[in-house]
Amino acid sequence: MRDILKKQPPIFWAAVIFLLLVLAMALAPGLFTSYDPIAQDMKSLLQKPSSAHWFGTDNLGRDIFARVVYGARLDLAIGFFAMLVPAVFGTVVGLTAGYYGKSIDAVIMRILDIFTAFPLMVLVIAIVAILGSGIRNLFIAIWLVGWREYAKLVRSEVLVAKSSEYISAARTLGYSNARIMFRHILPNVVNSAFIYAISDIMLCMLMGASLSFLGLGVPTPTPEWGAIISEGKSFLTTSWWIAAFPGLMLALTGISISLVGEGISKRLQKNG
Amino acid sequence: MAEVLLEVKNLHTDFITEERTVQAVNDVSFQIRRGETFGLIGESGCGKSVTCRSLIRLVKHPGKITGGEILYQGKNLLEYSEKEMRGIRGKEIGMIFQDPMTTLNPILTIKTQLVESLKDEKMTKKEKEERALELLRLVGIPSPKERLACYPHQFSGGMRQRAMIAIALASRPRLLLADEPTTALDVTIQDQIIRLLKRLKRELDMSLVLVTHDLGVASQMCDYIAVMYAGKIMETARAEVIFERPRNPYTYGLMRSIPSIAQKGKKLYSINGAPPNLNDMPKGCPFSPRCEFCEERCKKEMPPLVQVEPGHFSRCHCAEKMEHIKGRTRPEEGGALYA
Amino acid sequence: MEELTYIVKRILQMIPVLLIITFIIFFGMRLIPGDPALLLVGNRASDEVIAATRARLGLDEPLFTQYLLFLKQCLTFDFGESMTLRAPVTELFAQKAVITVSLTLMTIVFAILISFPLGYAAGVKHDSKIGSFIDSLSLTFVSVPEFLVGLVIMLIFALRLKWFPVGGWGDTLGERLHALILPAFTGALGTAALVLRNIRGNVIQVLDKDYVDFAYSKGLSPWKIRTRYIFKNVLISTVTLLAMRMTYMLAGSIVIESVFALPGIGQMMLNAILARDYSIVQATVYLFSIIVLLMNLLTDIAYSLLDPRVKLN
Repeated sequence: MRDILKKQPPIFWAAVIFLLLVLAMALAPGLFTSYDPIAQDMKSLLQKPSSAHWFGTDNLGRDIFARVVYGARLDLAIGFFAMLVPAVFGTVVGLTAGYYGKSIDAVIMRILDIFTAFPLMVLVIAIVAILGSGIRNLFIAIWLVGWREYAKLVRSEVLVAKSSEYISAARTLGYSNARIMFRHILPNVVNSAFIYAISDIMLCMLMGASLSFLGLGVPTPTPEWGAIISEGKSFLTTSWWIAAFPGLMLALTGISISLVGEGISKRLQKNG
Repeated sequence: MAEVLLEVKNLHTDFITEERTVQAVNDVSFQIRRGETFGLIGESGCGKSVTCRSLIRLVKHPGKITGGEILYQGKNLLEYSEKEMRGIRGKEIGMIFQDPMTTLNPILTIKTQLVESLKDEKMTKKEKEERALELLRLVGIPSPKERLACYPHQFSGGMRQRAMIAIALASRPRLLLADEPTTALDVTIQDQIIRLLKRLKRELDMSLVLVTHDLGVASQMCDYIAVMYAGKIMETARAEVIFERPRNPYTYGLMRSIPSIAQKGKKLYSINGAPPNLNDMPKGCPFSPRCEFCEERCKKEMPPLVQVEPGHFSRCHCAEKMEHIKGRTRPEEGGALYA
Repeated sequence: MEELTYIVKRILQMIPVLLIITFIIFFGMRLIPGDPALLLVGNRASDEVIAATRARLGLDEPLFTQYLLFLKQCLTFDFGESMTLRAPVTELFAQKAVITVSLTLMTIVFAILISFPLGYAAGVKHDSKIGSFIDSLSLTFVSVPEFLVGLVIMLIFALRLKWFPVGGWGDTLGERLHALILPAFTGALGTAALVLRNIRGNVIQVLDKDYVDFAYSKGLSPWKIRTRYIFKNVLISTVTLLAMRMTYMLAGSIVIESVFALPGIGQMMLNAILARDYSIVQATVYLFSIIVLLMNLLTDIAYSLLDPRVKLN
């Protein structure tokens, strides 16, 4: 772990600091702003950024800075939890398929084939269409399809690890399958899944924001960056700040996650 | 004596990165005469391959030739433009590589790769194809007509090596650089390739630079030998002289680490330690930390390359002390030293 | 004709996968709460009207019969009438497909034009300033959602500079091409960033191969080395990625068509979801799945054509 952080370029640390800041916003938005993100104020509609409203206000007089700060919670949560469940499930599936092989592998691969036949976005949108929009359904949609990459990734790594000496040694020693799978194989194949998971957080976050932008994700008036941008879309020329600030946050967060992911993956690949 | 074809004078090739500069080839000089085989011998990382690549200016990035002269038929190749150099490569100086698996382009047929190497523009397409066929025959590939249309992956390792040699010889270079041409092959195929190279050299009247870590191969093929260590030439002489009367502890160590029937039952000798890190070279003789003859002076002063007998040069403060040492007789033609 | 047998075999293998897909689509749609007939005629309709509508839609048949009916639709590509647009779904598709397909094609062309030269340059110069600049630029576009890129591009080139229309489709060919440029460019940036990174990595790998050095040692011209030796080998894995992205773009059209108000399949699908027009949603998911399966097959064929080591079997 210490090795991963050693000798990283300044841009890596800038990204880490930015992400910590966003995380702080998500955990304790009250520390950053005293405005209520959904309180409407008819006396201050569409105001330019000022000392009172740092990022201006929207057409309902809501403070954009407060909406952006509170939005961090939802965007980060979508990114993280939408990644987590499929990552764990997919890893276990890939581990099982790769380790047991034969008919178990064949069945799992066929199921994977079917899931790969749907483009991710179409599948997610179709699921949201069936279940209706909303955060819960958004999660279900991503969970249902997100695991396939992990399963594929882990399976192919397990196939390599399985043929190595230390696994046949463990088998000769008579260790149980579960012990070999989780204690011996998993630590050796988890790196690539971990690297993918970091970029997956970003991809899930962008997916959530995109769906909300389309009106299929988070319902109004909940503050979420994609949704705020969608609301600001009609005011692009007159009140640019509505869409610009959440857009900037979304972009910077996405880029920061990528930078951190790249920094870590470079280190892991060098060591491995 | 035959005329000098290529003369290298004080060649320096450095690997320059932001953090440091590594001198991979450090003040190397030698000459190659027409029809002669010159061996560059040493452990991996000693600079023999870089020296060889420097000769046609194909040093891998971030390596750079930083000094010296490479005189080909009296003209300094280092002063040539990249375009002029293209006229030299393939046509005057050809090169073959270590691993036949990776040296041929996997997505082009052998024919394409042969034909594109024929640099004579006056040749018609048909003549080129004829010539390609002839080349495959020359290197001993059976049923060459069918083989011409094949892709490299359809060839065995030995056949690929033969095909690679045919491609390198397409434009009849006068000098062939062979960078570990047998290392990646099975022993039996090694032997075939060595015989092939010897035959081709004779038939085509070429000179050959042979880079190898295998003294057995070197002893079978070379007329002259230069032993390299840490970017420097440690000893150079005619091959039989080096084998009979090594005057450098490093050469002697290398020689003793070859197994032979005469020493059956004895523990095989090996040189202690590992070659120095080129980032962190010892102050004096680069071999001193591993040398059994090492004296105080060796740790402080880099020994010069001095003539120990006519035509025999060694870089060692203790060269005279080795006068009683006898090397091994050179194995007979074709017989492998390590057999 | 080993290849042909293989292709036929692959197409036959698609049938069970497609069957399962129709199954999932059909029963997935039945999970939706509410009566589609009610949705179509409205809550205030009389019982007779509702019953008649149910009969017309086949909703009064047993579930299995309904599934067979849907299967028949899938086989004949006749998906009935759209509840909201009051037109045959297949006809609607034919109209909208022109827009989405031309958008996808133009996006691919742009993506190739951007990513090939830049990816190559970034690979060759990977340890120089230019290389790392291209690299960070591509990282940026991988990490920013398309709708955001689209809005920024729209703001600059349509709203401020007024070089392009803000959105919509046109009547003449010229107008239409003009209208496609910004959306295609938006889609291309994300794809180009991914492809560029792939090409960069491959170029670095290929440049290190002995066959490139061997080619130089033969005295070949730099142009020949770049095309025959470096680029052709780089392309092998890039083609797979490009094909994968093409299927992604079909889905991505939902976002881009929404940003630029292009009345294509994506837009139709989005409106159908919001209006709960299930016949369109079903048909879109089904057709997209077929396209993805066919694209996968085409990718494998292209792969075997590019790389003689890969055989179709």
